[in-house]
Amino acid sequence: MGDQLIFTYVIDGNDFTRAGEASSSVKNKLKMLGVGSDVIRKTAIAMYEGEINMVIHADGGTITVTISDTDITMVLADTGPGIPDIDQAMQEGFSTAREEVRSLGFGAGMGLPNMKRYSDEMHIDTVIGQGTTITMKVNL
Amino acid sequence: MGTNKFIRSVRLRESACQGCINCIKYCPTQAIRVHNGKAHIIDKFCIDCGRCIRYCPHHAKIPVYDPLSVINNFKYTVALPAPSLYAQYNNLTNVDIVLNALLKLGFDDVYEVSAAAELVSEASRSYIRQHMDEAPFISSACPSVIRLIRVKFPALISRLLPIKAPVEVAAEIARARAIKKTGLKPEEIGIIFISPCPSKVSYAKAPLGIEKSNIDNVVAIKDVYPLLLPHMKHDESQLKPLSHSGRIGIGWSNAGGEAGGLLADSYLAADGIVNILRVLEELEDEKLHGLTFVELNACSGGCVGGTLTVENAYIAMAKTKRLTKYQPVSKSHLDDTPEIRNIYWADDIEYEPVFRLGNTFKESLKMMSDVEKLTARFPGLDCGSCGAPTCQTLAEDIVRGEATPNDCIYVLRSNIADLSQKIESLTQGEKAGKPLSEEEDEMLHKYIKKLTTELASFGVPGNLRQPR
Repeated sequence: MGDQLIFTYVIDGNDFTRAGEASSSVKNKLKMLGVGSDVIRKTAIAMYEGEINMVIHADGGTITVTISDTDITMVLADTGPGIPDIDQAMQEGFSTAREEVRSLGFGAGMGLPNMKRYSDEMHIDTVIGQGTTITMKVNL
Repeated sequence: MGTNKFIRSVRLRESACQGCINCIKYCPTQAIRVHNGKAHIIDKFCIDCGRCIRYCPHHAKIPVYDPLSVINNFKYTVALPAPSLYAQYNNLTNVDIVLNALLKLGFDDVYEVSAAAELVSEASRSYIRQHMDEAPFISSACPSVIRLIRVKFPALISRLLPIKAPVEVAAEIARARAIKKTGLKPEEIGIIFISPCPSKVSYAKAPLGIEKSNIDNVVAIKDVYPLLLPHMKHDESQLKPLSHSGRIGIGWSNAGGEAGGLLADSYLAADGIVNILRVLEELEDEKLHGLTFVELNACSGGCVGGTLTVENAYIAMAKTKRLTKYQPVSKSHLDDTPEIRNIYWADDIEYEPVFRLGNTFKESLKMMSDVEKLTARFPGLDCGSCGAPTCQTLAEDIVRGEATPNDCIYVLRSNIADLSQKIESLTQGEKAGKPLSEEEDEMLHKYIKKLTTELASFGVPGNLRQPR
């Protein structure tokens, strides 16, 4: 275990316009650390998708980002409704987002698939009615 | 490369600098600090956007460019007027009025940058058509945009359109034609750009995408503008027909002009350094979809908004539109211009990780952890009194070894309060009639000494300093 850095972000559930602030902050920190642009891109996109999901479905939550000398781990925890069928939710284009959310250009059913695509490891813990915790890892 | 790749064309007039915080707050790359009452620009962070020139209330930031007398250094000179020059004049109906006046001013020939811009537009259209799967492309005409991407957006470097800027293409054609016409040696010919911005001054000295620029000198529109006025004859029968540019070329002076020249719909054109930063962030995150081209201009309004112009950018935009209204779409074509052998970049732009904290990832990680701890100690007011734009940048400067925590007036104040309290409690006993022990007396002296050192460490603006 070498040095590591931990950043915590509280995601506001009511504000679409602010979604992306946390991933943008992480992106800038990674640039200051001199991380390669491909890793930055993967981390930023995976985290942004997660951030948007928390706003759309779970009324916000908390994201904890740990940067170590081997990887970037993002833990996205919410106390939302939970995901009833993970396999279905992982399908591209499947979405349970409300109509007004879709009219804003979100909820296209690409969130979870993109999170999986851009992270090197992803794990979903979900309990109906209690919340979801998604852990994503991007290797350095 | 012998030239300094972080060369800039903004200079500080130290006598005018009041040490206020306007420039450090407006700088989009946080490249300026105020130390000992004077602003300092950090070369490698500066992208030459000219925003500090615009915002300094004391005119202490000045653009660097050449005087018009440089035309005396050559046997033969060719003026390259930027299309934004035309937009400075009221009721201009014919570009030839300006071009003929340039000859009367002392130039031997003129070649319009707007004519070269039409060639760049033509090359861009065909490049984008052939590389559609790599879209969206970002325009590479504004040197400050390239420099911003080079230091902040490594993932977007490959999206830069690898085509020479119109002024470079113009310079290449102008030199080739002058050599052919006069038989002079290349170095006897002066290719002189009449520029709306100092960013092109740096570009001419340290070009991007090519090894060496064909531009010899860069003079300011604001210097040339008044000198042309007495030479401008509006009697069209007296004018030599010199102009070779139409609506596309002249339109390049306005934001959206370059994109317009692509004759495509799926583009975005953003202007103003703060706006383009937002667009670049979103492009980097792949949040913008369906675009084939992204035009970015560091100055609001486009090149007409450059710091070397005289007219208000938005009036100038309207004037450009009026001037081009009855012009043909385009007058210059690559097929008629054999002088330009290669319109594409010869060199790649490389990422310059200037904002990286340490030399290695491990070192940077440790330094960032220190930055976080320091930032938590600061009040988060971003007041700028320390000379850095934000509490976070002060913390970064400290970790880089370029500042100290006491530069923060609030940290200093709490240190002083702490020392005063210690002195107070020592002297309280003395007041009650109890004399200080030798040890206590020594401590008191130590605290007073420390107090005066702390106070002296903080820079006080000159006019507040007490006479001794």
